[in-house]
Amino acid sequence: MSCLETVQAYAFRSIGLGERLLPRSDFTLCEQVTLIGSGLIWNIYFGVLALAFGFFLATAIALAKAARSPWLRKPAEWFIFIFRGSPLFIQFFLAYEMFVLLPKVGFPVNLGFVEITLATSFLTKAWAGALIVLFLNTAAYSAEIFHGALNSIPKGDIEAADAYGFTGWTRFRKITWPTMLRLAWPAYTNEAIFLFHATTLVYFSGFPAWQQRGDALYYASYFADKTFNPFIPYPILAGYFILLTLCVITIFGLVNSRLNRHLPAERRQKLRVRPQVIR
Amino acid sequence: MPIQILHDTARHPRHAGRDATILSCTDPKTLEGLHWLACYLTTGKHMAFYASFGTVLLLLAVTAPVALAFGFGGAMAARSHFAPLRWFGQGYTAIVRGVPDIAFFLFFVIALDQAIEYLRHKVRCPDWDQPIRQGSDFVVCQAAKMPLSTSPQWVHETYGFAIAVFTFAIVFGAFAANVLYGAMRAVPHGQIETAEAYGMSQRQSFWRVLVPQMWIFALPGLSNLWMILIKATPLLFLLGVEDIVYWARELGGSKTDIFEYPHPDWRLYYFLALLVFYLVLTRLSEIVLKRITHRLSRGQATALGEAQRKAAA
Repeated sequence: MSCLETVQAYAFRSIGLGERLLPRSDFTLCEQVTLIGSGLIWNIYFGVLALAFGFFLATAIALAKAARSPWLRKPAEWFIFIFRGSPLFIQFFLAYEMFVLLPKVGFPVNLGFVEITLATSFLTKAWAGALIVLFLNTAAYSAEIFHGALNSIPKGDIEAADAYGFTGWTRFRKITWPTMLRLAWPAYTNEAIFLFHATTLVYFSGFPAWQQRGDALYYASYFADKTFNPFIPYPILAGYFILLTLCVITIFGLVNSRLNRHLPAERRQKLRVRPQVIR
Repeated sequence: MPIQILHDTARHPRHAGRDATILSCTDPKTLEGLHWLACYLTTGKHMAFYASFGTVLLLLAVTAPVALAFGFGGAMAARSHFAPLRWFGQGYTAIVRGVPDIAFFLFFVIALDQAIEYLRHKVRCPDWDQPIRQGSDFVVCQAAKMPLSTSPQWVHETYGFAIAVFTFAIVFGAFAANVLYGAMRAVPHGQIETAEAYGMSQRQSFWRVLVPQMWIFALPGLSNLWMILIKATPLLFLLGVEDIVYWARELGGSKTDIFEYPHPDWRLYYFLALLVFYLVLTRLSEIVLKRITHRLSRGQATALGEAQRKAAA
């Protein structure tokens, strides 16, 4: 097979398109690059969706943690404590075992006029189950970041908003929230990078890779196991992840400059990225 | 504790006859309720499970200082005036940051193993003429195998654990190097200049002025790293060590009647126990680290040190 044919056969193997059988012997460099790249689709899928959903939950939890009422504050604090205090790896296992114990046929739900069955079997699949765990996990970490930012909003900003007659939702929407995001953004960028790295754990933690459709690390370790040579697949994986990290930094950098656009140039916060070290 | 009494019936022969039916664990099928549970939780496999919590703590206790030493070396290399050493130091801190740590774990475990066997092969069997990599195989002579196939089980286990510790130390050493490098730069430059004005050599001002002062700047980063290290310990499972995750899966899986203690799928409860273990561990660390921060801030020219001075005055 020429390299172009390999790309055609395996580029979308991880989502079930193209050639079904994985290469079994005489692995070429082209096959490894293509399949590992194909697995990256799943890393991007998990990362992007978990971040997108997690962002809103994180905002809500950060606000709840900053609330005065203990009925809001306590659950938020416990949520953050549980998800930040335990390893993601254990969370994956726990969630998987929990989803497995759910009845296969689903729950009957009586809506009064019609009875429907709430399916649960899809939760044991990685695309849904692992996504839920990642979503809750990143929500907890981001909520902590947002809560810190919420606490460090300059007092003057809020007072100025009050003086202009902003109240309630308008004040939150126009003043509090943008300032919170602006202050939290560098740390949130780290969180995003870390989340993309964490997506590699999915297929090593209970969730089965159905029909050998796995993520980038799944294929990299497949090749390392078959060839008994870690020096080719893992550097390929590393290359892909460095590219992915650079993309994340670029996109978050654009958002950062938009969040800071009203500030004079010398006061603008530069995005200093230190992945994995600040978490 | 009932568990203690259970295996003690032998010591009181007079009661043994009566107690054996209730308390001993010889025939679990006849047991019920709490006694069954007490016997179940004290089987040999469960003891190995409890011991594996010790493995995790041992990993933490060994890895943290080794990683700190690697990090210190890396940070010193990154500051070096000798360019190749500086590139090495900066490369070491940079590479681990962009790539998922689990990929490094999986990589280093095989790579280190092969590197050791390769070196031993070169030393032990110099007149070996076949290539080491034959297609998909990695072939070294029998004498170069690590550990030797004749060595007892515990040598294999210790070797596996040592490789895992080394892998953790390399990865977390890079993170620590990053933190320490930043901390060294955070020490006010005036301090070094003053030291040099007093006639200290570069080496002296590094060890006597910079190093003692940098810890308070490094502490937030290092505490953070400690938390990440705790949360990375379950990855031992992927490195082939029989750790708590391994035992939780092994013991929790549903057991049929062939087993002494049949039960349905209990993995959920085992993993819940692990979750609680980690929550306690991180919470305790948080409390201890907060105290250390307080302690180290005493008399420092930082915001917290200043606040302490004002509170005392």
